[in-house]
Amino acid sequence: MGLVDAQPAAGRPLMQVSDLGVTFQTSRGSVRAVSGVSFEVRESEVFALVGESGCGKSTTALAVMRLVPPPGRIDSGQVVFDGVPLLDLDEDAMARVRGKQISMIFQNPLVALNPVYRSAAQIEEALLLDQIPRDRAWKLAVGVMGDVKIPDAPERALSYPHELSGGMRQRVMTGMMISRSPRLLIADEPTTALDVTIQAQVLELLMDIRRRTKMSIMIITHDFGIVAETADRIAVMYAGGIVEQGGVLEVFEQSGHPYTRLLMRALPRLTKEEGRLETIAGHVPNLVELPSGCTFHPRCPLKRDACLIERPTVREVSPGHFVTCHYPEV
Amino acid sequence: MQSRDASDLVVLDRAQKHFVITKGLIRRSHRAIRAVDDVSLSIHRGETFGLVGESGSGKTTLARLIPRLTRLTGGRVSFDGRDIDTVGGSELTRIRRRMGIVFQDPASSLSPRATVRGSVIRPLQLQGAGAREAAGRLLETVELVNLGPELLERYPHQLSGGQQQRASIARAIILRPELLILDEPTSALDVSVQAQILNLLLELQREFGLTYLFITHNLSVVRYMSDRIGVMYLGKLVEVGPAAELYARPLHPYTAALLSASPPQTPRLRQRRKFALAGDPPSLIDPPAGCHLHPRCAFTRDICRQERPALRAIGLARFVACHFAEQLALQVGD
Repeated sequence: MGLVDAQPAAGRPLMQVSDLGVTFQTSRGSVRAVSGVSFEVRESEVFALVGESGCGKSTTALAVMRLVPPPGRIDSGQVVFDGVPLLDLDEDAMARVRGKQISMIFQNPLVALNPVYRSAAQIEEALLLDQIPRDRAWKLAVGVMGDVKIPDAPERALSYPHELSGGMRQRVMTGMMISRSPRLLIADEPTTALDVTIQAQVLELLMDIRRRTKMSIMIITHDFGIVAETADRIAVMYAGGIVEQGGVLEVFEQSGHPYTRLLMRALPRLTKEEGRLETIAGHVPNLVELPSGCTFHPRCPLKRDACLIERPTVREVSPGHFVTCHYPEV
Repeated sequence: MQSRDASDLVVLDRAQKHFVITKGLIRRSHRAIRAVDDVSLSIHRGETFGLVGESGSGKTTLARLIPRLTRLTGGRVSFDGRDIDTVGGSELTRIRRRMGIVFQDPASSLSPRATVRGSVIRPLQLQGAGAREAAGRLLETVELVNLGPELLERYPHQLSGGQQQRASIARAIILRPELLILDEPTSALDVSVQAQILNLLLELQREFGLTYLFITHNLSVVRYMSDRIGVMYLGKLVEVGPAAELYARPLHPYTAALLSASPPQTPRLRQRRKFALAGDPPSLIDPPAGCHLHPRCAFTRDICRQERPALRAIGLARFVACHFAEQLALQVGD
């Protein structure tokens, strides 16, 4: 994986999300978890959606799958996947998209794995949905276990999830999700519970799958290190909206939004002798009562009058690099 | 092994903690989990000693040996020259007052049924401090950790993650200890909040000359905070050295593997040299013979399968447990 990979891929758009909004109706009022979110995922690229807790990144991923749990509701926007408007499909048609066209892996594989099924049976179950005969499906499932780099696959095929290590479980779940060759794999914090050496193996596996199958991967994470390691393009979220998106190098090195810049300087890079870490004043706003104007203005060191009143629009500061700020740094 | 003088606040000398597990009713078998196995190290007064390693490497068990929250099964641990394992109850209490602990999950040091005031002031009450003295010290301490006094009457669930961690730090330093054991203090926090807590810890250290034992799996955080770093693998200390040198040129293949597996700080470091390890960490019950790392190490030779390498000095400040440390060139590139 070289730096060439870090350049924005010239691929055709596979999925276009426009003006997506998700609201949760709660007893304390309506919570605008996602609002005005637009981005695209291109063919065979790694796209990262990054942000701190509560910024709406996981809700965005669930909305793409139309799996927002009640009382949440998608109340605006559209998701067009390979030309098909997903939000207009009936439930049966959407069920056929999930797993076949778009599939998703989660932070905790035990949630997705059935504790009483042997590991290859979990993968086999996914394959049976494609009307593959049972005798072939098991063989294919064991083959998929080899694809996700599980050593001694024929033997591990018989293991139950509790007999596997965390890294192996993550591989089995990944195998289950890629077994039907979806065009897009959404990975929600896929390595958060894993140790660094195992995390490196799982990320390497995802990159390897992308190389071999040309599958697009959308990674949801809070960890800028994972973004730096894997993404071609990224979108940074804050308080339910995207504040900046573009090629990974542009966003890391020429951050246009004050929030992105502050986050970059809050990461410990060298040693304490080389200076204090930057902090961001205040705290993440309450989604029930979002600040007026720009949602970041109460914490922004560069705010001016317009920021308090007017919601900033998306500006393209350089080709393919978008910043939602009245006064982007260029 | 390492120099022992008045500047050392904590000294571990071949410290060992084996947990015995008994299996079977009829044919009983006793086997040991070697959580901490023959570890020697010293922590100097006023320094930050970072301890890194993956889950199950024994770093938390090692930290628990220092305040004797876990008893040793071999070797010695001393604090300011006193042997922790043999001191009597009242002296142990006096020694423990000189240490504070902050855990990853603030819920483990804050009671859900007590207000912040109640939790933070508790160590002072246990010590029998008078009400007025305690109240004064409480206000002084919450100000030190930048916790607004208006939060004192709240319960932990009413606080943000960062505020909870500030409250646990306040509780840990209210007796003005000399040593703070920080076990993954920022691992559950968002980047911007993590930065606030790390800055706070550095300020407190400067103000009170605190000594820190900083345990984490985050290699950027430990490099930022530490003067010296120790690396643990399967209950063993495999490398110790000054932070900058250890990062610039790791001596142990496991250290190199950890550094290269750690996600980079910029996309430009994707092409760094990588030292991969084969497979998963083995069980602590039957660790591999010879060097514990040999089944996963790319540089294994015959001697590694047979002979366990001892932690030995290389140069003035560095220690490594690898037969071939001098011959491997392990820069990850930065």
